[in-house]
Amino acid sequence: MAPILELRGITKRFPGVLANDHIDLTLEKGEIHALLGENGAGKSTLMNILYGLYAPDEGEVFVNGQKIVVTSPRDAIAAGVGMVHQHFMLIPVFTVTENVMLGDESLRMGGLLDRRSAAKRIREISEQYRLEVNPNAYVKDLPVGVQQRVEIIKLLYREADILILDEPTAVLTPQEVDELFTIMRSLVESGKSIIFITHKLREVLEFADRISVIRGGKMVGSTLPQAADQNSLAAMMVGRAVDLHVEKQPADPQEVVLEVEDIVVLDETDQVMVKNVSFDVRAGEILGVAGVQGNGQTELVRALTGLAHPVSGEITLLGESIAKASPRTITELGSAHIPEDRQKDGLVLTAPIADNLVLNTYYLEPYAKGIFLQHETVLKSADEIVSNFDVRTPSSLIPVGSLSGGNQQKVIVGREFSRPIKFLVAAQPTRGLDVGSIEYIHSRLIEKRDSGCAVLLVSTELDEVMELSDRIAVMYRGEIIAIVDAQAVTKEQVGLLMAGVVEEKLTA
Amino acid sequence: MTNKESEQPMKKDSGKIFLEELSKSPLTVTILAILTGLLLGGLLVAITTEEAYAAFSSSPWEAIKIGANAAWKTYQALFTGSVGNPAKIVAAFQGGDAEEIRRAINPFFESLVASTPYIFAGLAVALGFRVGLFNIGAEGQIFIGATTTVIAAIFLKGLPAIIHVPISLLAGFIGGGLWGFIPGWLKAQTGGHEVINTIMMNYIAFRLSEFLLRGPLKDPDGYTPVSADIQDSAKLFRFFENPIRFHIGFFIALFFAFLVYWLLFKTTWGFTLRTVGSNPRAAKYAGMSIMKSTVIAMFLSGGLAGLAGANEVLGVNHNLAVAFSSGYGFDAIALALLGKSNPLGVVLAAIMFGFLRNGAIQMQLTAGIPIDIISVLQAAILAFIAAPAIIRTMYRLKEPDMDLDAVTLRGWGGN
Repeated sequence: MAPILELRGITKRFPGVLANDHIDLTLEKGEIHALLGENGAGKSTLMNILYGLYAPDEGEVFVNGQKIVVTSPRDAIAAGVGMVHQHFMLIPVFTVTENVMLGDESLRMGGLLDRRSAAKRIREISEQYRLEVNPNAYVKDLPVGVQQRVEIIKLLYREADILILDEPTAVLTPQEVDELFTIMRSLVESGKSIIFITHKLREVLEFADRISVIRGGKMVGSTLPQAADQNSLAAMMVGRAVDLHVEKQPADPQEVVLEVEDIVVLDETDQVMVKNVSFDVRAGEILGVAGVQGNGQTELVRALTGLAHPVSGEITLLGESIAKASPRTITELGSAHIPEDRQKDGLVLTAPIADNLVLNTYYLEPYAKGIFLQHETVLKSADEIVSNFDVRTPSSLIPVGSLSGGNQQKVIVGREFSRPIKFLVAAQPTRGLDVGSIEYIHSRLIEKRDSGCAVLLVSTELDEVMELSDRIAVMYRGEIIAIVDAQAVTKEQVGLLMAGVVEEKLTA
Repeated sequence: MTNKESEQPMKKDSGKIFLEELSKSPLTVTILAILTGLLLGGLLVAITTEEAYAAFSSSPWEAIKIGANAAWKTYQALFTGSVGNPAKIVAAFQGGDAEEIRRAINPFFESLVASTPYIFAGLAVALGFRVGLFNIGAEGQIFIGATTTVIAAIFLKGLPAIIHVPISLLAGFIGGGLWGFIPGWLKAQTGGHEVINTIMMNYIAFRLSEFLLRGPLKDPDGYTPVSADIQDSAKLFRFFENPIRFHIGFFIALFFAFLVYWLLFKTTWGFTLRTVGSNPRAAKYAGMSIMKSTVIAMFLSGGLAGLAGANEVLGVNHNLAVAFSSGYGFDAIALALLGKSNPLGVVLAAIMFGFLRNGAIQMQLTAGIPIDIISVLQAAILAFIAAPAIIRTMYRLKEPDMDLDAVTLRGWGGN
C-alpha cells in the first residue's frame, strides 16, 4: 500500500537561502512522525509548503499515491491535510462552535448559520477522541491546552486525515503535554496520521513512532526512537557531538542581593498579574522561576527591571529600594537584564550592532565625553565584544536585525555581561535558539553565577530551569506557590507545582 | 572546480554585481521616482494639449508630435524659470551691464531663495520622523515663528544688526518651538496623538496670527492686514542688489542642516532620540525617557519650522502678511519623506522643490501651463517614493537586503 503522504524532492529557495534542499519524507497511515530540527532548519518551511502557504520551487506531493498540487490551505484541506499552527488561529470572543465553523460555515435555509448541527458534530468528535471540549464555551475562557484541542477539532471537523502539529508542546505544562500525546495516540488508533514538529528531544523519544531530522534545509536521516537517544539525536540536529548536560559546581550562596517583599504588579490592562510575591536571591546562586507562560513571570520581571512599578510591596536591590526606580537607576546599581522579547525590548534591529552594544552605556565615559559620542571607542569596544562573545558577523556596523536569533542573543548577552554587574535577570534566555547557542548561553550564565553574581532565571522550559537553577520558585496564577531546592525535587514534582498542585512536604 | 576557475567568473561579473548593488540602493529608487514623475508630468501636459486632439483626426502621428512638443516646451520653460535662459546669461555677460547680468542670473538665485524655507521646514519634519513623531503642524509653527520674529524685528529698536538678527531668529525659533512643545507635552503627559494635536494647533496658529495682524500688529499706516516693515537692522544680509533677493538665510539653513545632522548622529542626545524613534520599547528598556525625548523633539522640530517663518520675514518679505506661507509646512512632510529624514537628503529635496516651485511661475507665464502641474508632478514623485514597489517593479529592481526605510516611516500612524 502506498504511504498516506509522500513528499519527493521538495526544494524551496528564499533570497540567499536554500530553505529546503530536495527533501523526501513519507508518512505511513496511522503513525506519529516527528520532524525534528533546530530553529531555522527548514521544518516550518516544509510544512508550510505542504499546507499550501508557500509554493515549492521543485518537488512533488503525493497523498495516497495520488499526486496533488497544493496552492492554498483550501487545497490542502480538500486533500485531507490539516495544520495546527504554533500560534493558535482562534478568535477569543467567539465560542468553540463559531471558531470551528469559521471558514466552513454550515448554513440553514436563508443563509443563516446552523450553529446547532455544528455543535452536535463537535460534541460527537469530542466524544469520539475524548477531547472533552464544550462547544458552547468561549475560547477566551479556555486554558491553553483546551484551546489547542479546539484547533485539533477544527481539523477533524473538516475531515482531515493528515494532521500537522507545529511545536504543539511549546505552550503546555508537562501534564498537558502528556494529555496531548494521549489524544494523539487515540487519533492515530482511529486511522489518522500525524506529523509533529518539535525541537524537544525528550518528547520525540517518548511519543514518536518514527523520527526524521532536518538540518540546514536537508533531510539528515530517519530513525526509530528505540534506536536513538538524546545525544545521538542532538548530534544529528546540530551536526556535531553536543553535551546537553550543564557542568556546574554546587552553588556557594553569599549575601542577599535582591529582596522582594510582598509585591503586587498589574499588567497594562490593570489586571493583577503578580500577587503578594516574596523571595530573595543571593550572590553566587541561580534562582530559577518556573511556570507555564502567562502566570505572571513577565510582569514580575518588568517590576524588577523598572519597566513597571509594583502597586504595593518593596523591592530592595543591594540595599537600595528600587520599587519606584527607573530602569536607568536600576541598571546603574549594577543590574543586568536579558529581556524575554529580545527583538522588541532588547535591540534596535535597524541600528548597527555597535550601537546596540552601548544601548544602556552610550552616555557614560568612555563612550561619550559630555554630550559627544565617541564613535571610535564605541566601535573598538564593539569589535572586542563581538569577538569575546563569538557573535558571527562580518562587521559590527551591520544592522543587528540581519543576524540570526542566536547571534542577536549573543549581542545582548555581550552587552549585559561586559559591564560590572551584581545582579542578572535572564528571562527566557534561550527561547528560539539553536542547540549550539543554548549551550553557549547556559555556560555563560553559570560562569556569571560562579563569579559571584546573583542570577534570576525565568524560563518556561522546565528542563532549562532544572538544569541551571540552585533553587526553583514556581509561579502559578501570579503567586509563587513554592520555592524548592533544585537538587531535592524531580521534574514531575515541579511539573505538578506548575499546574498548581501543592504538596505540603515540598515547600522548603 | 579549481581556484582559478572560480575566480574567473567573479571578475567577469563585477559589472553585473555593481548593477545589482545599484539596483538595491534606495537612492536609485529616489532618482528613478523623480525621473518617472517628470515623465508622467510631461505625458500629462501632452494629453491635455488641445491642439493635439484637433490634429488627431487628420494624423495621429502629428498629434503625438504636437503633444511631445508641448511637453518639451513646458520643461524648457521650467528650466528657464528656475535656472535662467542660457542664451540670455551669455549675452548679458558679453554686454557687461551689471543690472542685465543680475536680471539674467536672477532665476537661479530666486530658486535658492524659494528653497530656504523648505530646508528649515523639511528639517523640522525629518527630525520628528527620526524620533517616531509625525509633526504635521509645521505650517502652524511657521506662522507662530514668523509672528514672534516680526514682533522682535519691529519693536526692538536701536540694536546693531549683529545682535538684532540673531535675536529675531531666536524669537522665531522659540515661538515655533513653543507651538511644537505643546502637542509634544500633551503626548508625553496624556498620550494624546501628536497628529491630531498638531493639526489643531495649526488652526489656532492661523487664526492667532490673523487676529494679531488685524489688531495690535497691523501697520498703523496701512489698510490691509499686514504688519509694518521690520527694522533695517533685523533684515538678513543680501548678497546682491535688486532684483536678486538671495540672502544669507540660505547658508543659515545649510548650517542648521549640519547642526541637525550633528545632533542626531554625533551626540548622546541624538542617540537617545534615534533609539526612541526606531524602537521605543528598547529605548525604555535601556533606561531612556520616552517622555523627555518626545517633548524635546517636538520643541526642536517646532523651532526649526519657526525658523522657516523667521527666514521669510527677515530675508524676503520684511513684513508679515496673512497667509504669507503657502503650504511650506505641508510640503515639508513630503520633503522629509523624499529626503529619507536625512538632513542632507532633506537639503537636496528642498532645493529641488525650490527650483520646481520657482520655475513653475515662469512656466505658467511663457508656456501657459497651469502652475498646478507642478503639484501633480510633486505628488507623482512622492507616490513613487512612498510606494517603492511600483518603481522596483517598473524597472525590475532587486529588493533591498533590509528595509532601513522602516525607520523613517514609523511615524506614520504609529505612536
